[in-house]
Amino acid sequence: MTTNFTKDSYAPSQETTEGRVYAVTGGDWDSLVTEIGQTKEERVVVNMGPQHPSTHGVLRLVLELEGETITEARAGIGYLHTGIEKNCEYRTWTQGVTYVTRMDYLAPLFNETAYCLSLEKLLGITEQIPERASQIRVLMMELNRISSHMVALGTGALELGALSPMIFAFRERELVLDLFEMISGLRMNMAYIRPGGVAQDLPQGATAKIRKTVKQLRHNFKDNEKLLIGNTIWMKRTQNIGYLDLAGCTTLGVTGPVLRSTGLPWDLRKTQPYCGYENYDFEVITNNTCDVYGRFLIRMAELEQSLRIVEQACDKLDKSQGQPVMVEDKKIAWPAQLSIGADGQGNSLEHIREIMGESMEALIHHFKIVTEGFRVPAGQAYVPIESPRGEVGVHLVSDGGTRPYRVHFREPSFNNLQATAAMSEGGMIADIIGAIASIDPVMGGVDR
Amino acid sequence: MSQDQGLFGVHGTGDTSGFGGLVRSAISVGSAERPYGSYFDDVADELERAYPDFNDAIERIVVDRGELTLHIKAAKLQEVALKLRDTPSLRFEMCMGVSGVHYPEDSGRELHAVYPLLSLTHNRRIRLEVSVPQNHPHIPTLVEVWGGNNWHERETFDMFGIIFDGHPGLTRILMPDDWPGHPQRKDYPLGGIPIEYKGATVPAPSERRSYR
Repeated sequence: MTTNFTKDSYAPSQETTEGRVYAVTGGDWDSLVTEIGQTKEERVVVNMGPQHPSTHGVLRLVLELEGETITEARAGIGYLHTGIEKNCEYRTWTQGVTYVTRMDYLAPLFNETAYCLSLEKLLGITEQIPERASQIRVLMMELNRISSHMVALGTGALELGALSPMIFAFRERELVLDLFEMISGLRMNMAYIRPGGVAQDLPQGATAKIRKTVKQLRHNFKDNEKLLIGNTIWMKRTQNIGYLDLAGCTTLGVTGPVLRSTGLPWDLRKTQPYCGYENYDFEVITNNTCDVYGRFLIRMAELEQSLRIVEQACDKLDKSQGQPVMVEDKKIAWPAQLSIGADGQGNSLEHIREIMGESMEALIHHFKIVTEGFRVPAGQAYVPIESPRGEVGVHLVSDGGTRPYRVHFREPSFNNLQATAAMSEGGMIADIIGAIASIDPVMGGVDR
Repeated sequence: MSQDQGLFGVHGTGDTSGFGGLVRSAISVGSAERPYGSYFDDVADELERAYPDFNDAIERIVVDRGELTLHIKAAKLQEVALKLRDTPSLRFEMCMGVSGVHYPEDSGRELHAVYPLLSLTHNRRIRLEVSVPQNHPHIPTLVEVWGGNNWHERETFDMFGIIFDGHPGLTRILMPDDWPGHPQRKDYPLGGIPIEYKGATVPAPSERRSYR
């Protein structure tokens, strides 16, 4: 038997005739235990997660407790890191949409729109995006805001011990996802918003169906409100919990409902409008409680504002019927419209007929733009939009090539999760759950 | 950069026709001349007034696609950041994080850190950019100026290996603690590690022959 130690101090390995053997050492346990035994404080360090139903996904919390009071809270992340930003550098600009939609998987359309707006800024075609495409983007984003807030409210209540609100919330979310399926073909991760516009126009009768759902949602939302607002237990679990004031928010870069719960009406849809949000009539909901309760109230009230925007978008879309949904420039626009055939969704048959049977140039063009993509002039851009969780900003860098040089998402979940410590230290261990639920982090977005 | 890397044997631009196979140099957007337009002149003037070392600290000012970028010397970053935050006429209360960019061909300034700033008071945005050499990647931390930069700087350290001097706990945040290398550098391959399982080793995707 031969031994050959390597230098890994955590797990030295040795080569034996049976193969390599690792030995996890750390022989300082005894001294550690005696050291802890000598201190007089009753200090317990508890590890919560990463697989814990109340920590909102694969989030790990390391809590230092004195009795039931948290003296120090640290969040450990990275369990869902998938390297999406790096992957984007190996795909064309258009393919990037399919990647980024998977970051914050509860708000895929916001990721897509932010990415596309940033890319359009780099291309310098922001002004050329057809009005109807922007209207569809607004419509989809606001529907998405509803489905995302429904999860925030439902799981938030669930984590605090209330089961029924989640059942109702997911029922409502399902209605919205049905609309997504009708419009884009997919319920989540649609890659529906594309550079230059959207993947396809609304199907026949879409606005009528949306209006019907809006009516139903407006009616259904009351169920959740009735269940939660005024419910003694829920109020006690949320009021004056997870306090974070305006100074805390600005220094920690916290945006979204958490920032608005300090009373500051900061909503990028109003303050720095994009996609024509300045043409919609809606209110920015604020609250000055700075606590978990206020944040949930804001989300509930924002549902109604989103419904208002959806209705206005439907009106606009009825008027813009038949207008293009993709930028005119054929060097950027995706060549084919999608349609549903006998074997599922795919390129429209008309387009296939043209490129395969009629025009060799059209075939070449299709092939080139699909495989190689388009070039984007060198430079960088940062475009922020208001996602359900706050400012999602996309920093894109191009070197002039057909693939992104750098894609960076400033994810609101990632940033806001830092506020966990400020919100929960000094409070009870049970309240950290409420605090995190009020931040509403989505770990797919946090870890990317 | 010109080395064999990535999946599907794609080299350079990924152009399949050859017509687009032009060699392009690293990104360079020229410095801006006054007037910068929009509120950018205002920001530059106010900063110059509040910060006497302006000309020394700011390497160049770029206005591109309606965005203002101040390229700042790493050593002066903290001072400039404090002025930008505290001067009443500037008031950039929020820093929206750090985004690292790796330009291996920009010798002596390979690693860039990009800070988008936001002023709630004046509803303005600007961008700071700091570049440091890869063999000495040190930038002073901004955690004391904007606490929210804590995790962003850890991420940039994790992904690009930029060391933020003075950071209260600069450890990896997304990758495991004992991870070798910095995955978002350009010389780090996609999916770049072999997978070892029960003695057998599966090569990294970029090394698999079927993709080449």
